Amino acid sequence: MTTIRNVSRRDFLKRTGAAGALVLGAQLAPLSFTQSVMAAAGEPNAAAQPNLFVGIDPDGTVTITSIRVEMGQGVRTGIPMILADEMEADWNRVKLWQAPGDPEKYDPAGKDKQNTDGSRSTRHHLDLMRQFGAAARQVLEQAAARKWGVDAAEVYAQGHRLHHSPTGRSLGFGEVVEEAKGIQVDPKQAKLKDPSNWIYIGKDLPGIDNYDMTTGGANYGADVTMPGMRIAVIARSPVFRGKAQSFDASEALKVPGVEKVVEIPALADDKAPEFRALGGIAVLGSNTWAVMEGRKKLKIDWEAGPNAVHTSKTFDAALMKSAKGGGAVIRNRGDVEGALENAAKVVESDYFVPYFIHTPMEPPAAIVDANSRPVQVWAATQSPNQARQYVAEAIGVDIKDVECNTTLLGGGFGRKSKPDFACEAAILSKMTGTPVRVQWTREDEIQNGYYHAASAHAMKAGLDADGKCVAWHHCGSWPSILGLWNPAQKTGFGIEYGLGLIDTPYNEVKNLRIENGEADIHTRVGWYRSVNNIQHAFATNGFVHELATAGGRDFLDLMLEMIGDAQVMDLTKDGVEEYWNYGDSVDDWPIMPKRLSNALRRVAEKSGYGKELPNGHGLGLAVHRAFHSYVAAAVHVVVRNDGSIHVPQVDMAIDCGRYVNPEGVRKQLEGAVIYGHSVAMHGKITTTDGAVDQSNFHDYPITRMTDAPLNIRVHVLEDFVDLKPCGAGEPGVPPYAPALVNAIFNATGKRITRLPISEQMSA
Amino acid sequence: MITVKINGVNRQFTGDPNMPILWFVRDELGLTGSKFGCGMGLCGACTVHVEGQAVRGCITPMSAAADRAVTTIEGLDGEGNHPVQRAWRAHNVPQCGYCQSGQIMQAASLLNQNPDPSEQEIIDGMAGNICRCGTYQRIYAAVKTAATEV
Repeated sequence: MTTIRNVSRRDFLKRTGAAGALVLGAQLAPLSFTQSVMAAAGEPNAAAQPNLFVGIDPDGTVTITSIRVEMGQGVRTGIPMILADEMEADWNRVKLWQAPGDPEKYDPAGKDKQNTDGSRSTRHHLDLMRQFGAAARQVLEQAAARKWGVDAAEVYAQGHRLHHSPTGRSLGFGEVVEEAKGIQVDPKQAKLKDPSNWIYIGKDLPGIDNYDMTTGGANYGADVTMPGMRIAVIARSPVFRGKAQSFDASEALKVPGVEKVVEIPALADDKAPEFRALGGIAVLGSNTWAVMEGRKKLKIDWEAGPNAVHTSKTFDAALMKSAKGGGAVIRNRGDVEGALENAAKVVESDYFVPYFIHTPMEPPAAIVDANSRPVQVWAATQSPNQARQYVAEAIGVDIKDVECNTTLLGGGFGRKSKPDFACEAAILSKMTGTPVRVQWTREDEIQNGYYHAASAHAMKAGLDADGKCVAWHHCGSWPSILGLWNPAQKTGFGIEYGLGLIDTPYNEVKNLRIENGEADIHTRVGWYRSVNNIQHAFATNGFVHELATAGGRDFLDLMLEMIGDAQVMDLTKDGVEEYWNYGDSVDDWPIMPKRLSNALRRVAEKSGYGKELPNGHGLGLAVHRAFHSYVAAAVHVVVRNDGSIHVPQVDMAIDCGRYVNPEGVRKQLEGAVIYGHSVAMHGKITTTDGAVDQSNFHDYPITRMTDAPLNIRVHVLEDFVDLKPCGAGEPGVPPYAPALVNAIFNATGKRITRLPISEQMSA
Repeated sequence: MITVKINGVNRQFTGDPNMPILWFVRDELGLTGSKFGCGMGLCGACTVHVEGQAVRGCITPMSAAADRAVTTIEGLDGEGNHPVQRAWRAHNVPQCGYCQSGQIMQAASLLNQNPDPSEQEIIDGMAGNICRCGTYQRIYAAVKTAATEV
């Protein structure tokens, strides 16, 4: 067996050349950025616990600390390349070291305690990583000056070397390691490169892990082993918060390789689910196959509990009834009722989006040794610090006594920011005395997950005689994510409202009201790539097309009219007192309708919108602002006689402000189209008597190459690159499904207002 | 006892002959490049070769590999430079990377049997492998590139 040891800070130093190495770091407190980069060598002062970002070997190898978790979004390339650029390091001589969960050291932005989520890595770290890189460069420049006995002002770094301008001498980075010891440069005072001299930022770089990922050498959650470990799979209640009344493990224990069957107590009634272990019957043994076979032979008497009432048929109808009945007003402008009364035409439509589940290709897995101090956790988690927090609670230790390292993630999509699976491993390790790896199967992932909220949307609008929208009314109802903390929660909250609902792209309407109806919560509702933006973009973009049709308007014209070209959208004018804005200030990241209309114009032009298309073909448009980025989609669809769908071309335009790796942005948008296609065509989780009906890829299909759009053209807008970086991982998903249904309407006249699409298409 | 040649090395297996190859290579040999995705042969993350032919490691029992040659991603090419692997890097295919071992093994098998596949043959040949990150466009292009080299 391969054994992956914990890689401690000391190992970092060993890897970077032990006593000969130079390690640059900074002591930082969360929320502050005041202390200087320190240069140290050999064993650093343990009491100081320096925050390590850069190490340099005597052979010149530069080791950069990756402070964000890689799940396919390209962050292990994107963030380190900022630092490498500013320090003039040769990317081919850069290695990465993955930071463990320790926000006091590895969350220099002080924004999220290392939870890689919310498409925010670049926007919160671009400026900081520039400063750290520049500080490292200046330390090296001063070191070279010291070695040569010259003025540091005469030395500059370029191409992984230090150059002395007057004499033309040069030294490699590795040759000044000794001289660099003790030199300090405050990153805040470091002199940044002029952007015109950037060598990596804004340029295409391939993924830094590509070799490992194409040779089987990349390590994910289930690839980590510890000496003496056991592997476990867990039978969890099919119904959320159900309890095992009794179980019989005798047959399971007869399976060769099965060693133990133990019960993880069900989540206590007075505990909110949060990221805690659900409880269940765990089968432990020496190999994964044995414990999966053993689990099949368990006999468990489950008591379903109150969530047995959760049946999609009635639940979905209740959501729609709630939306149609109206709810709390969360944004209001003008007099919607009056405008509807006086409108030349009133249009109403209901939209529905079902539950989804993440299905990252890697099901959750974590390994924990709860019996060592500190407790060792290795997990495929987006949020290593929350893994520490919840593991500490689960086994009754202090968070300071828990170390969490992250592997690569085989996809995350929000699932892996919830470290319940690490808690399970910790509990089992403590109970059984050995390290335990918990392996989730695909069935577990689909049936015991955190679900993207099902939602219903009652849409109503008034048009004047010219087909101009004069009144807009949107009421949405969904079970809230807040239920993870407050199971009795009935309404949504500010974060959900800020996911494209109160900040609707279609703002240029004189009278506008947005409401939120109530909904019960019967499962773990959690965030999912793009979160509620998916349903908000679906309902609003679909409905605007309905309005264009009803008013005899061109789709593009009406969209542009309703988005407008305002520089800034001010929600406070419409009674929105607290706008979430993805956790960022509206001064730094305002809502800018003009950027959205620009993206739409770009995609209309690139896709050839307006041209005659053959019968059965349609081109559909949609827009959305999410995670501060502005995205427009143009989907070209062919609907065949048998009702099947082919998408020969997709054009995506994104304005994500300043970007670091345009190749990374393109890849995220390509992936978002495929993710959106799965959502649109196939996405549907249902429940019967509280239990999820689907179980694996046969009944929860994911887009395959056979139905995938294979001609996705991404247009990254350059006009706004001087603005702050926004997000790229999630914003591409929401506009895809509405653009596709709008395209289907244009191809066939069939208006789709519910997802998924595939079950509604026939000959 | 079952004897199976894994990446050119003879290995003995004394366990349940119904155990899928995936768990032998992962749990017993520590060859973790082959991935667990669904356990039902639906996603292809576990794809390995038996006598050069792609099979789903999560549902192919050890008994079916007896006295045969199994190749995992680790054994596809000693240097990791099989034309398919090179094409994957040239097209910057991977996102999370988890499915890519299986995708590469599937593509290598496809090109082994059909060195000059049509566009539809590539699509059909890769249809059993899911990529949740959505790298299909690049996978498709990489298979086409690799086809010019095998």
